[in-house]
Amino acid sequence: MIPGPFSYHRPATLADAVKLLSTLGDEARPLAGGHSLVPMMKLRLATPEHLVDLHGIDGLKGIRRDGNRIVIGAMTTQHELLASDEIAKSLPMLHETVLLIADPQVRYRGTIGGNVANGDPGNDMPALMLTLGASYRLEGTAGARDVAASEFYQGAYFTALEPGEILTSISIPAPAAGHGYAYEKLKRKVGDYATAAAAVVLTMSGGKVAGCAIGLTNLHETPLLAAEAARCVIGTSLDEATLKKAAAAAEAIMSPAADARGPVEYRKHVGGIMVTRALTRAAGRAS
Amino acid sequence: MNDMTPTREQREANLEGMGCKRKRVEDIRFTQGKGNYVDDLKLPGMLHGDFVRSPHAHARVKSINSDEALKVPGVLAVITAETLKTVNLAWMPTLAGDVQMVLADGKVLFQNQEVAFVVATDRYAADDGINKVQVEYEPLPVVIDPFKAMDADAPVLREDLAGKTTGAHGPRKHHNHVFEWTVGDKDLTDAAFRKAEVTVKEMISYHRTHPSPLETCQCVCSFDKIKGELTIWGTFQAPHVIRTVVALIAKIPEHKIHVISPDIGGGFGNKVGAYPGYICAAVASIVTGKPVKWVEDRIENLTATSFARDYHMTTEIASTKEGKVNGLRVHVLADHGAFDACADPSKWPAGFFNIVTGSYDFPVAHLSVDGIYTNKAPGGVAYRCSFRVTEAAYCIERGMDILAQKLGMDPAELRLKNFIKPEQFPYHSALGWEYDSGDYATAMRKMMESVDYAGLRKEQAAQRAAFNRGETREIMGIGVSFFTEIVGAGPSKNCDILGIAMFDSCEIRMHPTGAGIARVGSKSQGQGHETTWAQIIATEIGIPASDIMVEEGNTDTAPYGLGTYGSRSTPVAGAAIAMAARKIKAKAQMIAAYKLEVHEGDLEWDIDGFRVKGLPEKSMSMKDICWAAYNSVPPGMEPGLEAVSYYDPPNMTYPFGAYICVMNIDVDTGVYKVRRFYALDDCGTRINPMIIEGQVHGGLTEAFAIAMGQEIRYDDTGNVVTGSFMDFFMPTAVETPHWETDFTVTPSPHHPIGAKGVGESPNVGGVPAFSNAVNDAFSFLGSTHIQMPHDYWRNWRAAKNLGVFA
Repeated sequence: MIPGPFSYHRPATLADAVKLLSTLGDEARPLAGGHSLVPMMKLRLATPEHLVDLHGIDGLKGIRRDGNRIVIGAMTTQHELLASDEIAKSLPMLHETVLLIADPQVRYRGTIGGNVANGDPGNDMPALMLTLGASYRLEGTAGARDVAASEFYQGAYFTALEPGEILTSISIPAPAAGHGYAYEKLKRKVGDYATAAAAVVLTMSGGKVAGCAIGLTNLHETPLLAAEAARCVIGTSLDEATLKKAAAAAEAIMSPAADARGPVEYRKHVGGIMVTRALTRAAGRAS
Repeated sequence: MNDMTPTREQREANLEGMGCKRKRVEDIRFTQGKGNYVDDLKLPGMLHGDFVRSPHAHARVKSINSDEALKVPGVLAVITAETLKTVNLAWMPTLAGDVQMVLADGKVLFQNQEVAFVVATDRYAADDGINKVQVEYEPLPVVIDPFKAMDADAPVLREDLAGKTTGAHGPRKHHNHVFEWTVGDKDLTDAAFRKAEVTVKEMISYHRTHPSPLETCQCVCSFDKIKGELTIWGTFQAPHVIRTVVALIAKIPEHKIHVISPDIGGGFGNKVGAYPGYICAAVASIVTGKPVKWVEDRIENLTATSFARDYHMTTEIASTKEGKVNGLRVHVLADHGAFDACADPSKWPAGFFNIVTGSYDFPVAHLSVDGIYTNKAPGGVAYRCSFRVTEAAYCIERGMDILAQKLGMDPAELRLKNFIKPEQFPYHSALGWEYDSGDYATAMRKMMESVDYAGLRKEQAAQRAAFNRGETREIMGIGVSFFTEIVGAGPSKNCDILGIAMFDSCEIRMHPTGAGIARVGSKSQGQGHETTWAQIIATEIGIPASDIMVEEGNTDTAPYGLGTYGSRSTPVAGAAIAMAARKIKAKAQMIAAYKLEVHEGDLEWDIDGFRVKGLPEKSMSMKDICWAAYNSVPPGMEPGLEAVSYYDPPNMTYPFGAYICVMNIDVDTGVYKVRRFYALDDCGTRINPMIIEGQVHGGLTEAFAIAMGQEIRYDDTGNVVTGSFMDFFMPTAVETPHWETDFTVTPSPHHPIGAKGVGESPNVGGVPAFSNAVNDAFSFLGSTHIQMPHDYWRNWRAAKNLGVFA
């Protein structure tokens, strides 16, 4: 539980950070909240020679409204998300889900950028970003580019980030007024990764589902969008048969690993239940 | 009497003696981060040690190459078994009469076994060093399933025992067999089963788990070459025992060994035994001439130092059709891992598991225990338990529920029908114990009334009907547990550790101004001894508890004691404290008589001093007697006011309790919700009710964890899959249910103050209450027994196996 030797860098500008990361190459890792990286280093499962701490860079923090989108700086902490009126008003599902992340001490330090950029299938935020249709701004030596969250995750801890690139902000379209939302997470205890979790954003019209997106956490090596499941609830009043169909469609794309949270069959089974519960709760909230 | 004279009530309250909810004096420093733990210790020139550990569960060690490690800046030495052989310490004796490798000698027998010890100038360099030690292994076939350990073709684990057909506890039947231990009358028991109207049989497993105290095991060893003295600061629950063990195996004279247990952050049995880290740090200090610190990390603690339980108990009960039990037969397969490192009293290879007849009047019983070796970590410690009492209580309490189900009887009613009756005490059990006192039916009925037991059963019937009609997916379970413990090890006639009788001790010195110090052979790890020991003395000699300093844990100053575990502190050390206080009081009475110019017999005790019978105004306070003890004692009497007592208990004590758990389980997800948990404890005389409640809360939280998910689990190749708190279930305050506590008081007739001990009761009684609740919930669906732990996915699996999703 003692990390190996490493050099510590604290650049003051994004350009310096990008430069450091591209010059130092594979042996350098950006450091945000450190909740994933530092424990991995203590176990020597990660042995970066250089840490590039992003805390000294102005402008990577903050939450602002940009027309119909909410833009969140990557170094914004989970605590700051919880304290934001803009988030509570425009993205209530994000507010609700951030509250499920561990405990206040962790949330004071943990950042949304680190959470989504790490590519950990256990993190809650990535599936939420898929469900909300978010995009990520990535900045590197070649300049900036925007990548949809749905295109970002390639495998466990593998993402669209190129060497030397830093995820600098997240842009989320504001969901329609009156939308229903829910994040249903089954976990064994506070601070645990999901055994299975589902995010739902939907709109209702005349008692029927008009639009719907469903995201899944920790049920595959990447977060998933359950597109087929979402399609089969459109136009329905979420009757029992439809819910069952949606759960089955979602389960069909799940491929979780067996671990102490349970065998594959159980995790898929409760994954389906999380989907039906999230759909039901979201519909109840829609107006 | 003027207004300034305190009333009797005020004088009594001023003492803060027994029965007072006195606030814990140690918490002033603990809550401010001012405790002093081993890892707080920093000595000049101190070095740090860390282990190279085996990635394999069973492998031959072909070679160990330290060359690269020794090139790491700061690394001073790499100690291996070959180094230790030069001082004859490659192996060490265990408390259970076995031997254990200190460092891998030719092979490794469990994952994370200690292979080499790297000594460096700082903790980082030590860790850099262990990553550079090159060990070549040749993997060997493993034994993980205990039920296959004694197969004819099972791999040989302990090559050091080749040809040894006898172990520390008698004959060995197989190369992976440790011992067989039998108690009770087999013929009479078999006969009872042949004649029985009803019998039940179930294999009840109590899975492997771990005490996992907040502070892991650690030490600092400092050898002074000039004086030839070794000082060890360590997380020791029994510092004097450690001193004697070190004297015996390191050949250092015992008076030149100083063992100091500073503040300890929880022990729960994890810190009773001796571990390779202690030996290696001591050897490293002797070799380097510098102090050496060894601090375990969490993964090492969970995977290498001392698991608990892992008992597989085939349980049979014989009874009449009306539910009167008439025989108990239990066979235990005890998985000890690679070395038998149980911390039981020496003559008890399965601890006090023969308390398995529980609270019931079994005319006959028979118990046999087979200990076996597997490729798992050694240990078998008493995790908040008096030596396998938890396993025994779980065994009989599940067994009684299984019998009730077969008979179609209510489990509470079955227990009431079979309780040992108050008039039967002292009660001689079929497996050899003499229960001191108990009033079980009163405790049981108080519990049933407090929770409206009949109402709960009605609610459960309605809930089951609703489930069957498809109106709910939740099922409701009611778990009853009535446990009897055996604690306070123990009488010299049947308890010793390595030949040292399990007495305990206290030395009290009263100072001239009426304050004093008590040094005790026990060692608190959070139990609050500094608070409660002073309360006993306060009541006994009439000096306020706040004027008594309690000191434990330094072998140079404390009288020899056997330490704190097995709920033995109050039954044994608590008795020694009362007896030492009574010696003080007896001398004080002689001094008071002399000063008051009356005969000793003319004096009577009055709260905080002596008064002359019939002349209450003629009195002398204990505080004044302390002063007199240093200037005007009777002619011929030695001055001073001190006493030492070594207490050899005449019997164990037998605390008991009635617990009930009400739980709902969602069959679709297996998620449970503990709706109510009520715990009634009878620990005899209650010294500090607030501390008792705290102990019960803590023990119930552990019981909840163990029953509902906490386990040390291995995969088929011997990898530990629960090696960190990400996977090993350690509940937080959020998951922990609300606890309701209650009590009855049945004093121990043989204990000086009637106290029995309480620290472990909630762990012992709590686990069966939780497990019985889960099993009770599923019973109407046709289930008889579901093994622990009852985590979400296993509850779902149980529901699935019972056809709930068909």
